[in-house]
Amino acid sequence: MHTKTIAELISGLRNKDFSSSELTQHFLDRIAAKDERYNSYISVTRDIALAQAQAADERLATGDAPPLCGVPIAHKDIFCTQGVRTSCGSKMLDNFIAPYDATIVDNYQRAGAVMLGKTNMDEFAMGSSNETSYYGPVKNPWNINCVPGGSSGGSAAAVAALLAPGATASDTGGSIRQPAALCGLTGIKPTYGRVSRYGMIAFASSLDQAGVLTRSAEDAAIMLNVMASFDDKDSTCVDQPLEDYTAGLTDDLTGLTVGVPDEYFGEGLNPKTAEVVQAAIKTYESLGATIKPISLPHTHLAVPAYYVIAPAECSANLSRFDGVRYGHRCEDPKDLADMYKRSRGEGFGDEVKRRILVGTYALSAGYYDAYYNKAQQVRRLIKQDFVDAFADVDVILGPTSPNPTFEFGSKGDDPVAMYLEDIYTIATNLAGLPGLSIPCGLVDGKPVGLQLIGNYFAEGKLLNVAHQFQQATDFHQQLPPETA
Amino acid sequence: MEWETVIGLEIHVQLSTQSKIFSGASTAFGAAPNTQACAVDLAMPGTLPVANEEAFRFAVMFGLAMNAEIGKRSVFERKNYFYPDLPKGYQTTQLQEPIVGPGVIEVELAGGQTKSVRLHHAHLEEDAGKSLHEDYQGMSGIDLNRAGTPLIEIVSEPDMRSAEEAVAYLKKIHSIITYLGISDGEMSQGSMRCDANVSVRLKGDEKLGTRCEIKNINSFKFVEKAINIEAERQIDLIEDGGKVTQETRLFDAEKSETRPMRSKEVANDYRYFPCPDLLPVVLDDEYIEAIRGTLPELPDAKRDRFVNEYGLSKYDAAVLTSERITADYFESVAKASGEAKLAANWVMVDLAAFLNKSETSMTDCPVAAEQLAGLIKRIKDGTISGKIAKQVFEAMTRGDGDADTIIEKQGLKQVSDTGAIEKMVDDVLANNQAQVDNYKNADENKRPKMLGFFVGQIMKTSKGQANPQAVNEILLKKLSEQ
Amino acid sequence: MAVDQSDIEKLAELARLQISHEAAAETAQSISQVLELVDQLQAADTRNVSPMAHPLDALQRLRPDTVTETDQRESLQAMAPATEDGLYLVPRVIE
Repeated sequence: MHTKTIAELISGLRNKDFSSSELTQHFLDRIAAKDERYNSYISVTRDIALAQAQAADERLATGDAPPLCGVPIAHKDIFCTQGVRTSCGSKMLDNFIAPYDATIVDNYQRAGAVMLGKTNMDEFAMGSSNETSYYGPVKNPWNINCVPGGSSGGSAAAVAALLAPGATASDTGGSIRQPAALCGLTGIKPTYGRVSRYGMIAFASSLDQAGVLTRSAEDAAIMLNVMASFDDKDSTCVDQPLEDYTAGLTDDLTGLTVGVPDEYFGEGLNPKTAEVVQAAIKTYESLGATIKPISLPHTHLAVPAYYVIAPAECSANLSRFDGVRYGHRCEDPKDLADMYKRSRGEGFGDEVKRRILVGTYALSAGYYDAYYNKAQQVRRLIKQDFVDAFADVDVILGPTSPNPTFEFGSKGDDPVAMYLEDIYTIATNLAGLPGLSIPCGLVDGKPVGLQLIGNYFAEGKLLNVAHQFQQATDFHQQLPPETA
Repeated sequence: MEWETVIGLEIHVQLSTQSKIFSGASTAFGAAPNTQACAVDLAMPGTLPVANEEAFRFAVMFGLAMNAEIGKRSVFERKNYFYPDLPKGYQTTQLQEPIVGPGVIEVELAGGQTKSVRLHHAHLEEDAGKSLHEDYQGMSGIDLNRAGTPLIEIVSEPDMRSAEEAVAYLKKIHSIITYLGISDGEMSQGSMRCDANVSVRLKGDEKLGTRCEIKNINSFKFVEKAINIEAERQIDLIEDGGKVTQETRLFDAEKSETRPMRSKEVANDYRYFPCPDLLPVVLDDEYIEAIRGTLPELPDAKRDRFVNEYGLSKYDAAVLTSERITADYFESVAKASGEAKLAANWVMVDLAAFLNKSETSMTDCPVAAEQLAGLIKRIKDGTISGKIAKQVFEAMTRGDGDADTIIEKQGLKQVSDTGAIEKMVDDVLANNQAQVDNYKNADENKRPKMLGFFVGQIMKTSKGQANPQAVNEILLKKLSEQ
Repeated sequence: MAVDQSDIEKLAELARLQISHEAAAETAQSISQVLELVDQLQAADTRNVSPMAHPLDALQRLRPDTVTETDQRESLQAMAPATEDGLYLVPRVIE
């Protein structure tokens, strides 16, 4: 059962090939047996899962079953789940039991999905390797000496290791797409505002967007159908008609124009990764697409702009973690200032502290214009690059990540080396565009991700373009050797 | 050396919306601690703000009433600092693009002068919670019910030159917000709070002196006191060869002093930036004009109308219209009694004295407008004298009922019966033969003064109820007959 | 821009983060590396470009003024570090 896609599980449940309780128990058993190796879950919600599965079975029996009825999934531990610890990968929230459900958690619950547990992640979603989690690093199922990517590394590893058929995730600068690439999965970050952020613990509010990690574009479409909604509790959520993302999956690609930015194939790109991506471009040509070289001239400024804007927003977003109302409070504070400083000093890890300090610096008197304001101006230039490009092309294609997965600790002490792993994914967050990563081959036995970027609210088109590739290739069906 | 005090006020006004500015929690005053602090107010992880339309409507009403520019595009920013009553670790406020831009208002000073005070801007923001300093195991208690209550902060230019001007300006703002009904303006409950920026300079100097911000001024009386105390402190300091340091100071009413706030000793850097969880608010002309159409009559317009419609002096009209509730009360009394001038006197003198003495607010006034009008009617139709009327009014304040009931019950009806009065006059004259002789022997021009004695005796006999006019007539007649 | 140990200590004070003197030196080094990356922005020509705080340049929706929340104090305070009589307790607040 664990090798089936979500699409297959839905029909299996409806055909009574197996019950949700059996399916759920099967996944819980697999997690219990195997997750010690990957560390992909922070919390396994066994009792809730079995109760939800039983309720799903009852609904399936009556024939009145919502779309994901009985399908087990995992939630990234960034989403608030009522009555369940929601840690965000941090010591700060190790004791935090969320008092409410995030909107997307509620959406999945109403769609009948079963929650297996909460997945590991970089602390407060700040990282590209899952090494910053308070709960220890997640191992890449393709090679357990290597990182799964981040920050949604737990969700990616869980799906890649077949410990969940699909998982929710979030993406601020590549946190869905890069782990998808490094773990051989399909991952989509929708347009900013397509999915509610209510109940998703904020890292950088103007960049954060929830999405999904699955083993196929079709599964991603099925999951995104449930996740996407308009939510009046999120001022930045866009009131845009919902569409059925599965409806256009089979559309022919003849006449499609695919833009390939020069800047995504320059210095810094692993030559072997480049080769695999070039092969994928050939596949699209064979599917009837026209390939068009394009330029996104401000690409080199995306990482610098991001490392001003994201830390600035995070420095304020993380001020609420002060040990007053919830979360970690230090022992025996001698006064108020001591309580703040020690609670936050002890509760946050090094990368989180580094970003808070960078953000504090960028916003401080005398530096605001040179850093924050400048970065927001550059952000507009980056967005304009995409607007100009989409005048001529339907989708933009390139590598998701400059390198395949790497070994733990291999990026050394230089934070910038790690930041540059997100060089191709960050611009879409700055512009608010939807982006998707699909597997397109292996390099030295490690998966390589192909990134597709769409125009605003063109998730349907992206999933169609991804699905057609997956109809022509079988990269997405390859499993990590030890799970196969 | 002649010193000049320069004052600018920052007035925080709680808007009387039902729910908070960014959440659906209630803003009602006086609930048990933290029962009106919802997940958003508590800054629970993952929660997000959504702005309240009514807060914007109120802010636009205020801007229009101040003849100020309305910010058609306004942006919320985050002001970052740590304090236990500030759950998010930042206050959501407006800085670069506030909802209300520059404006100017006329303020009436005692003695009939007016003064223009310029508004720098007014912005929307959220209130913080409260720290309770009672001892909880040696700790402070935090109540976040107030956190997220909508505020407008009204920032004046440093246009005021004395504590009296500052109070007059503050009263004018109070008058406008209560007329608009956008706040209850209760300073005692913290619905309206005032910080004063005070500096001093030698008269004639162009350059402003170094200012101090005085916080914790929670009544009109204290505004005057705090400013005077602070100005004196600064003058003494400079005259002794010292220099004023720019700082935030706390007003201590009990000790009659201002002192530096310890929590503000460390220079802060608020790191303002646009709040990424909230989008720019854009209001169009149609929306703003629709609000303009709903504005009530404002104090200045009402004052002018009272002058024209009721023939009141400008000063009286200004006093009566400074509070909407008083203006409405006066107008009801004037209309119901048909005697605007008497109504104005009674409201401004007797009623005001009573409220002041009994420390009662107009809201809790025990004498209804209809009751006071009833009393005035009885004065006018001669049923009671002005003197008796004060007695009736006093009974009314004790809740003894309307004028007619009190007059009836206490037998206060004026005696106009000529026969009864004639008898009283005869008795008084008979019992005071010596005074009658004196009167008759006195010069014509000294007589009116001597008449007072007889009137006094007669009124005493009648317990004040004899119609004074009738007494006078009969007395003169009888004396001439003697 | 490079920052030094004392800059880091000032920033840590603003951000209320406890950081040891030794750690501040290390952090100064890594943050200087980040700032070096970020300084590439200075070369960008941004004349006449307005800053973009939101990707979609969307406008705020306003919420009707209705009370939608009920008292949830018990559940919301369940995980508070210290409370008494419904209040959150903190070391003494000084005005």
